[in-house]
Amino acid sequence: MSETGYLLLVFLVMTIATFLTRLIPFVAFRDRGDHPLLTYLGRYMPPAIMTLLVLYSLKSLDLTQAPYGMNELLALLLTTLLHLWRGNALLSIFAGTLFYMAALQSGWFV
Amino acid sequence: MSTVGAAFRASVPVLFGYVPLGMAFGILFQDLGYAWYYAPLMGLTVYAGAAQFMAVGLLAAHASLFEVALSTFILNSRHMFFGVSLLSRYRAQGLKKLYLIFGLTDETYSLITSTHPPTGHDEQNYYLALTALNQSYWITGCALGALFGANVQFDTSGMDFTLTALFMVLMLEQWKKLREPYPFVVALLCGLAALWLFREQMLLVSISLSIALLLLRSRISQVVL
Repeated sequence: MSETGYLLLVFLVMTIATFLTRLIPFVAFRDRGDHPLLTYLGRYMPPAIMTLLVLYSLKSLDLTQAPYGMNELLALLLTTLLHLWRGNALLSIFAGTLFYMAALQSGWFV
Repeated sequence: MSTVGAAFRASVPVLFGYVPLGMAFGILFQDLGYAWYYAPLMGLTVYAGAAQFMAVGLLAAHASLFEVALSTFILNSRHMFFGVSLLSRYRAQGLKKLYLIFGLTDETYSLITSTHPPTGHDEQNYYLALTALNQSYWITGCALGALFGANVQFDTSGMDFTLTALFMVLMLEQWKKLREPYPFVVALLCGLAALWLFREQMLLVSISLSIALLLLRSRISQVVL
């Protein structure tokens, strides 16, 4: 098999495998979207998943080495305070990110 | 504001997260020695961040197709849970619905469950615009990384923090809507436990565990009430 042939087969297999993980619930629970348990999950899962995604995106954080997660923790604190104060999502996200990039690139806390 | 305009506004943080992440993937992919355009092709067809990074290692090792299929399925299996909570939201039909399902990444799920189109706009078209915009950012990043590789002048390190900040803001928005600590506390505890014990499969483990605990409470409250 040619190199390109192998690459395209890998793409095909990965496309199918990824799409399946996204498709399965829609096939398995079709016509049952109004079941009370699924409605319950529709209400309570998003907050839980958002919390988990915050944690997940900090997965590679090493709290035992300098800067002890200071970049991430302070940037998230800034994001949170700004968001509770002004409620403007773009402002909170970009202020936090700019702070993070500046702190990381100039090594403020190292 | 148009539906696409509103979706663009909501998705700007994903733009700033997906472009540098896609570029990181493109740079890694370029080292495999394939033509640059295969990187955006992968963003178009596979469209899964973590799985694409994993694939670079599998391609380099010439892994078998079975191994590729299995590891992709396991890595992305958390997406099955996303669909469960979107059943009543995705009312589009046919190809539109298939594309909404195809493009369901962590970030797209977050925006769809936390933001709304302006009043009077069709919700399904808003979801569709969000999904397509996010994927276009990812494809752009993959292409830029593979094309320019290490020659990029602008230091983008830390720019993908927009995604962490986005999740944080959307979590705060969820809190404003729900005002019940239970799902947040359950997720925090499950997440920390999974980070500690199952770092590699952190999301899959913590999402399953959280859902089990959420369902358990729904059963208990049914009995009590």
